[in-house]
Amino acid sequence: MEPSLASYLALSGTLFAIGAVGVVYKRNALGVFMCIELMLNAVNLTFVAFSRYYADVTGQLFVFMVMSVAAAEAAVGLGIIISFFRNRQSIDVDDASILKN
Amino acid sequence: MESVLKTAFPFVVYAVAILLAFQGVLMIVAYTVLAERKVLGWMQGRIGPNRVGPWGVLQPFADLLKFIFKEDLVPDKSTKFVYFLAPLIALTCALMPIVVYPFGPRLSDPLGWLVPYVANWPTIGPAINWVALQALNMPLTVAHIDVGVLFVLGITSVGVYGIALAGWSSNSKYSLMGGLRSSAQMISYELAMGASVLGVVMLAGTLDLNGIIEAQTKSPFKWFIIPQIIGFFVFLISAFAETNRVPFDLPEAETELVAGFHTEYSALKFALFFMAEYVNMFTVSVMCTVLFLGGWYVPGLSRIFEVGSIPYALISHLVFIGKICAFLFLYIWVRGTLPRFRFDQLMNFGWKFLLPVAIGNVILTVVIVYFLNS
Amino acid sequence: MVSTVLFFIFAGFAIACGISLVYHRNPLYSAISLVGVFLSLSCIYITLAAPFIAAVQVLIYAGAIMVLVVFVIMLLNLDDDRPRKSLTYLYGIGGGLGLALLANAFFVYYAVSRVPNHEVNTDETVGRTLSIGQSMYTEYLLPVEIVGVMLLMAIIGGVVLARRLSQPQLELVVDEELDIRNEKEEKDDFRVSF
Repeated sequence: MEPSLASYLALSGTLFAIGAVGVVYKRNALGVFMCIELMLNAVNLTFVAFSRYYADVTGQLFVFMVMSVAAAEAAVGLGIIISFFRNRQSIDVDDASILKN
Repeated sequence: MESVLKTAFPFVVYAVAILLAFQGVLMIVAYTVLAERKVLGWMQGRIGPNRVGPWGVLQPFADLLKFIFKEDLVPDKSTKFVYFLAPLIALTCALMPIVVYPFGPRLSDPLGWLVPYVANWPTIGPAINWVALQALNMPLTVAHIDVGVLFVLGITSVGVYGIALAGWSSNSKYSLMGGLRSSAQMISYELAMGASVLGVVMLAGTLDLNGIIEAQTKSPFKWFIIPQIIGFFVFLISAFAETNRVPFDLPEAETELVAGFHTEYSALKFALFFMAEYVNMFTVSVMCTVLFLGGWYVPGLSRIFEVGSIPYALISHLVFIGKICAFLFLYIWVRGTLPRFRFDQLMNFGWKFLLPVAIGNVILTVVIVYFLNS
Repeated sequence: MVSTVLFFIFAGFAIACGISLVYHRNPLYSAISLVGVFLSLSCIYITLAAPFIAAVQVLIYAGAIMVLVVFVIMLLNLDDDRPRKSLTYLYGIGGGLGLALLANAFFVYYAVSRVPNHEVNTDETVGRTLSIGQSMYTEYLLPVEIVGVMLLMAIIGGVVLARRLSQPQLELVVDEELDIRNEKEEKDDFRVSF
């Protein structure tokens, strides 16, 4: 017996919810970044589950694309975080308000 | 009862296979440590360990006992959970690839010779007959997965965490610097390593380790070391860097960093790191053998013994282990010969020389494969 | 049967690690939890007969992206993430959003499990490297090319962002050295003009 498609979707939805809450709660830019990665992974899980249940390879290809986007995001995002830390000695997202004061 | 036994049979087989493979690899690794000390001793005009047992053959077990009974010091200001987690990650990630190693060719009928002897026995006869039927065409691999190359590369890349977390959690400057250095080094050389494997994967047309060996079993001139000689050397050099061995052992450079990331580790936890390093050496030697030197393939052996027979598999297996040991000897030899790089030299070499060469090799292979196929 | 048991084990582990990711204030603990999520998701992909995606998940996410994140955390030597008094209103918003999304997930579970069961595809060739590679370079060639260009852009962007601006390096050049260089250049000019 295989677990049903619905249970994969439920797991994915739960992980997405956790990630979304984390994006709101975390004050740390790296924390926010990691929660976004978690949300991307939750979406990947739905892609693979649908690809399995409809015997279509497209879903897995999309996972591949999402992973590439995540890699690019990591390269640029970590660069931004490092240069932000150099300027403000902090990576709190609320310190990134240079227009405000 | 019978159906329960039949359901449980595959699990028992896997358990036994994993046990055998791990035991074998760990024994080889233990004796690599001894061989390293012996060979280094000879290279430096010493005798090496010779007190425990004849010629020191029991030295690994004496070392193990010493590691177990030493006092286990935990730094007061360390982050305890991560401090305990790091050696576990390092050793687990080093051991996991063992399940996909192709230890030998398929056995066509490993238990066939046993069946006539036991045919008349009451219960055991039919049972062995059934087992012999199950064992037809048995591969000498624990788990046969489609993406063996990616599996090995992926798991070994997770091993970086062991070192990085050990460096961070010890709460010591030397450890932190060692951890930072090693994670930078391993990320950098992983790229060159992956790119050098690509050429072989393109020529073989598969990511399966057994499939890659099958593609080389026509003659020794089909070994991928010949068309992929550049890839072979790039792989070998980045393998030395990935396993943190001389001349790339910057993470534990004694003269600069005391002992690098494992400065604060003692007793059994240090032994886990130590074992992880040697198991990683073994993994890399297996990958080198499989990807470039034809794995278990012995030229001309199929003319003497029937393919799939037991002596064929046994000799192939022993030759496979022999090739791996040759690479392990190369590691020791290099350690006895070469001095250490400086860190900026290491980075420049990895990014400005090794990676472009590996990518150039990939492009060259693509062009050649395209024109050969068209 | 086996795959169901494995699914529930790894799903539980993934959710536990996800919660620990949000709960821990120390960024390194969060990073370790996220690696746990990635590894358990990779195991779930194997039960979904997608070995290639599982291996790539370990290789890219756990082996490359998170190593970079851990490296940055170690490099910046970050302190714990302290919540701010002025931002407590976010707790309400975050909790509400989380509950809404969780309710959505359970609604999806309810709705999908009411639909008559779709036949499970037992054909294992879909997740194989060969089929993925074939459709990647025939049917989906353009997206793959675009992803390649995007990665190139990301590499350039990363280099530009993380590089120190050349201002401090100019100060290192001592005035005397500048004078010497100027003299040399003048001499060179002199020689050329002759």
